[in-house]
Parts: sequence; C-alpha cells; structure tokens
Amino acid sequence: MKVRVIPIILLRNFGVVKTVEFSVYRPLGVATNFARVYNSRGVDELIVLDIDATQENRGPDLEYVRDISEECFMPLTVGGGIRNLADVTSLIQNGADKITINTHALEKPSLIDEIARSFGSQCVVLSIDVKKDEQGEYKVFSHGGKVPTQKNLIDWIREVQSRGAGEILINSIDRDGKMAGYDLELINLTASQSKVPIICCGGAGNLEHFVPAVSAGANAIACSSIFHYTQTTPLAIKETLHRSGIPVRIQ
Amino acid sequence: MDAQICQDPQQLYQASHVVLPGVGAFEVAINNLKKGGWVEALNDNVLVQKKPLLGICLGLQLLANKSYENGVFEGLGYVPGEVRPLRELSFDLPVPNVGWAEVSFLNQRMFSQIQAGSCFYFVHSFYFKPTNPDNIAGTSFFGEKFCCSIVKDNIWATQFHPEKSQKAGLALFKNFAMWNGSST
Repeated sequence: MKVRVIPIILLRNFGVVKTVEFSVYRPLGVATNFARVYNSRGVDELIVLDIDATQENRGPDLEYVRDISEECFMPLTVGGGIRNLADVTSLIQNGADKITINTHALEKPSLIDEIARSFGSQCVVLSIDVKKDEQGEYKVFSHGGKVPTQKNLIDWIREVQSRGAGEILINSIDRDGKMAGYDLELINLTASQSKVPIICCGGAGNLEHFVPAVSAGANAIACSSIFHYTQTTPLAIKETLHRSGIPVRIQ
Repeated sequence: MDAQICQDPQQLYQASHVVLPGVGAFEVAINNLKKGGWVEALNDNVLVQKKPLLGICLGLQLLANKSYENGVFEGLGYVPGEVRPLRELSFDLPVPNVGWAEVSFLNQRMFSQIQAGSCFYFVHSFYFKPTNPDNIAGTSFFGEKFCCSIVKDNIWATQFHPEKSQKAGLALFKNFAMWNGSST
C-alpha cells in the first residue's frame, strides 16, 4: 500500500481553524472550500475533526459532514463528539467512510468493539492525544488535550487494537502547530506496538519532516498548518517521499 | 449523468444502467437482496434486458457463485467464481487491505482514458477468484497478484472503490456511463 498524505481540517463554530498545542485558534475559512481544493490536489484522504463537539457535549454536525463529503471523491474520516453507535451510523449515512474517536473511547472502551463489530475495523480510527510530562513520560489526554488521563500509552495502543481499531491516529500535543517536525520518538514507540496502520500528526512544517516520520514507522502523514501557512503542496510532499524510495500515489 | 438511489426494485426498470454498490458482510447483503425482491429485478434488467451493470466492492463479490465469508453462501452467480479470504494470499500483510494500490489494466474499455499505473482505493478482506481468466479486467497485488476487477458480457465490477478514487475513479464511471453493455 502507498504511504498516504492526509490533510486534517479542524472545525470550530463551523469554520476551519489552526491550533497551537491544541489551543490558540485562528479562523481560516469555510471547510467545504478546503475539501474541494484538497480533492483537486489529489490528497489521499481527508480527516475532519470538530474540536468543539465533545467539549460542548454534542454530537457531530451531520449536514456539515454531508456538504464536505459531496466535495470529496476520496476516503473521508470524521471525528469529534462521537458518543455511540447511533452517531457513527448517521455519520456514515451522511458520507463519512471512517470515524475517529478519542475521548468517548477512553471513557467507554467497549465503544471501539461495538463500532468495529457493526461497521468493520477499517471504519475505526482511534485517535490518541499525547503530551510529555516533566519527567519526559508520555501521557494520554482526553477532551481535546485538556484533560490528563491515567491510561498508560503502550497499554492503550495495545488495547485499542485488540478491541478492533483499524488505524491509530497518533497526535503530539507538544508539537501541534509548531511546524518544527514530528515527534519521531512517539511515532517509533507507537509503531513498535502496532499491527495496524499509524497516521502521525503534529509538527510538520517543511518538506524535510516527512521522510523521517515514515522511517520512524508512520504509514500515513497527517498535517494541517503546513498547508495553511506555507507554499508546500501535497504533491511536493509526495515527490519528496517518492525520491526517497517511499511508495506514494501521484495522480 | 443523472443518478438515483433506488428504494424499490421496480425503479431498476426505468434505468439505462445499474450500479450495485455494497459495503458490509456477504450473508446479510445477499439475504437483503433476496428479501427485498431485488434478485428478480436484477435478473430481468441485467440478464434478460442486458443493461450495463457495475458492481462495486461487495457488489462485485455478490456476482459470484459462492462466498466463503463467515460460512458458505450462494451469490447471484452472474460471473462464475468464488469469493475467498485475502488471508490465503498472504500470511503477513494486514487484513483488511485498506488504502491506495496500483491496478494493472486488462480491459481497454473499462480503463479508457486512465493513465497506466493509476492507483485506486481498496477496502476489503475477501477477493473474487473467477473461474474463467477471460473475466479478469484488472489485477492488483496482495502478496501475490489477484483479480480486482471483472468483465463479462454487459457486466463490469471492481473490488476497489471508483467513487473514492478521485480522477481515475471518476473516469471509470464515465466509461461505464458511456458503455452500452456490448462486449465488442
């Protein structure tokens, strides 16, 4: 399989925003426009996260997902506020191909089993938000990086797979929005514990950041700020990977 | 082209082309087709009236004689062959097989105007093994070569998802829409 390049669209108040360390929001525009542009640029998938949903204790906005999916002739992963199987069912009916869960999986891990049983593992992307503490230990956070949990990272990576997660989206809160490179140690650690594909996220800022992430074990590269704040295109990222002998899709 | 999602098998009689998509498990899908009266309508439109049919993903697998997904189940039998686990082809590669992979084209009309070496998007744990190699329209790799699209008379089908494969996928849809179902 080809290594995938996946932009992440963060939604807040129905607009696209950029974050740094999971806060400091900057409004950027309308999501459907972003979806259309990414589709025309041949990105391999799209992830859309509603970063307010869980904190506002509401489910995902279905109409919005349907609008985006109509622009999107590629796999679409949707996350944010997914609480139960009913939320997943309505997202899929409105055009999502996969869903990603985080907080509600931490609170009720059997939700992973339920979704995998009903829709298949390929539909379940488990998102894990990680931050280093003062001792340099990785800690798992919930609620959009706001609430520390007692989960041990390695145990959690193993558990989500045994429950049926089909992919792991590993996010570095420390690196988010800094554009200073991925947390390679975190990618490496996750890859060493994972039999399912890993999507790495957090820190991409220039073309030199991608090959090391794949070498560290990422099967897919997710990024956001680099597309908003630099001239870097998905194609340029793929060409860089291709030159290093990494298989990518160039259409 | 004007496309409609059919809620009732009778709607198939108004269509010029038929698409049979599908995600999920074989047993549930074939039972739903039987219960809803879809099998008779499909037989009439595809086998008798010879309308062009495009099966996608599970919609391809349903065309087989039988499937070994969670048991043994009879399919529509439009294209001779069996649906078998991908695990047979590779012990090491992860299943489901998810992502973008290159497809080798063996049917000119299906892949007309699509660049050689184009990738398509796959999500599957089983694959279609046709009895007759002449029915193979395209191949991909999962440890070894496997059939990922088929052609027989007025029937086309793909294991991959054209609707998720951007330019290459939309071109395939266009080829299907412009096809009258003849094999010459």
